[in-house]
Amino acid sequence: MNARLISRGFHGRRQEPAEGKNLPPGQYLVEDFPVLSAGPTPHTPLANWTFTIDGEVDEPKRWTWEEFQALPRETITTDIHCVTHWSKFGTVWEGVSIDTLLDGVETAASYIVAYSDGGYTANLPLEDMTDGQAWIAYAFDGEPLEPEHGGPARLLVPHLYFWKSAKWVRGLRLLGEDEPGFWEVRGYHNYGDPWKEQRYWGD
Amino acid sequence: MERTTVLGRLTWRVGQVVKTKAETARAKSLVLEFPDWPGHRAGQHVDIRLTAEDGYQAVRSYSIASPPDDRQVTVTIERLEYGEVSPYLVDEIQAGDPLEVRGPIGGYFVWETALGGPLFLVGGGSGIVPLMAMIQHRVARANDARIRLLYSARSLEDVIYRTELEGLAKRSGIEVIYTYTRSQPPGWTGYQRRIDQAMLGEVALAREEHPLIYICGPTPLAEGASNGLVALGYEPARIRIERFGPSGR
Repeated sequence: MNARLISRGFHGRRQEPAEGKNLPPGQYLVEDFPVLSAGPTPHTPLANWTFTIDGEVDEPKRWTWEEFQALPRETITTDIHCVTHWSKFGTVWEGVSIDTLLDGVETAASYIVAYSDGGYTANLPLEDMTDGQAWIAYAFDGEPLEPEHGGPARLLVPHLYFWKSAKWVRGLRLLGEDEPGFWEVRGYHNYGDPWKEQRYWGD
Repeated sequence: MERTTVLGRLTWRVGQVVKTKAETARAKSLVLEFPDWPGHRAGQHVDIRLTAEDGYQAVRSYSIASPPDDRQVTVTIERLEYGEVSPYLVDEIQAGDPLEVRGPIGGYFVWETALGGPLFLVGGGSGIVPLMAMIQHRVARANDARIRLLYSARSLEDVIYRTELEGLAKRSGIEVIYTYTRSQPPGWTGYQRRIDQAMLGEVALAREEHPLIYICGPTPLAEGASNGLVALGYEPARIRIERFGPSGR
């Protein structure tokens, strides 16, 4: 970093991190839950909702909402970090682990594109989605996930900036080649590690 | 250059505040000059970074108000009462001060002449800021895209760019419709409630015109307006939204 430019008269409001917790660089803590999305909130009736795993797999898998609810449910307590600089500690979600969804799926793929109602996509390495790192979440704070926060279900990949946790997710496509998603082709970092502050291209 | 976009690495640049302008009691515009501004598109935003003497830093995002056609870059900031960065930018910073900026950022909530029109813009409070860049860009390019703006403000005194919008309406045919949600000027006969579906049904450009729609405002306004427009039959794929708050402190 260059020599620091001091903002004359700026003192700031330092936040005391909770015990044993740190904020990633450039983040500040919020108590509420801001909403960010690029288009209108879709409202897909649960009767029409399905979740699909397709792409480079031997056989695509698909669940209806009812079938999806019958899958083993996990409770996840985690911090989340948005590229617009806010972080929220200790959020509580319920959903299905990607490990559960990929159980028995034969694939040589190394990448995933999560795709959503409304046309949103986000790309991730497959290895960031397995081993208890990612879920399809359908409840927040013990309540069904609200539409503006991605309900009925969203991807939850809390170790990456939160735009990767695609709202209104309807499926995962497994791919041999990486395929940058909605924000990733519009100037945002392809991987998005908050601890390395990978916000934008070239970070 | 119609497409000045974020193609390379985004670095922190030091600009200089060359002018400040109070827009309302709570909002101020900062006019910035950079030796090396890479250009931006109407609707994009920047990150602004403040650094205290001990090295502590705080970063927030602010929309660009000026069109790509201007040599200078203007941001308009509204003071949030419990904010960390906005009170400094509204009340403390002065012309002549340097300011660290990174951008431009965002590649979806943008309008350029190649996208065509007509445009139906919906702004709430300081949500007018990126919409103003679009309006001014269309005027600077002498583009003929029709623009209608629905602007929700608490009161007449809370309208940002009031004089400019009057001038744009008179000289450039930009149609502006206000709704004042808390208090209204004497003799006001226009809307005096939050934006709702009925209001959108009355003022939105006709569906048959396939308007490109940009909505910027606090989350309840953005959700309400976009849900209302979708319910009225407007194409979701032609609705672009920038939401802010309640955080953004």
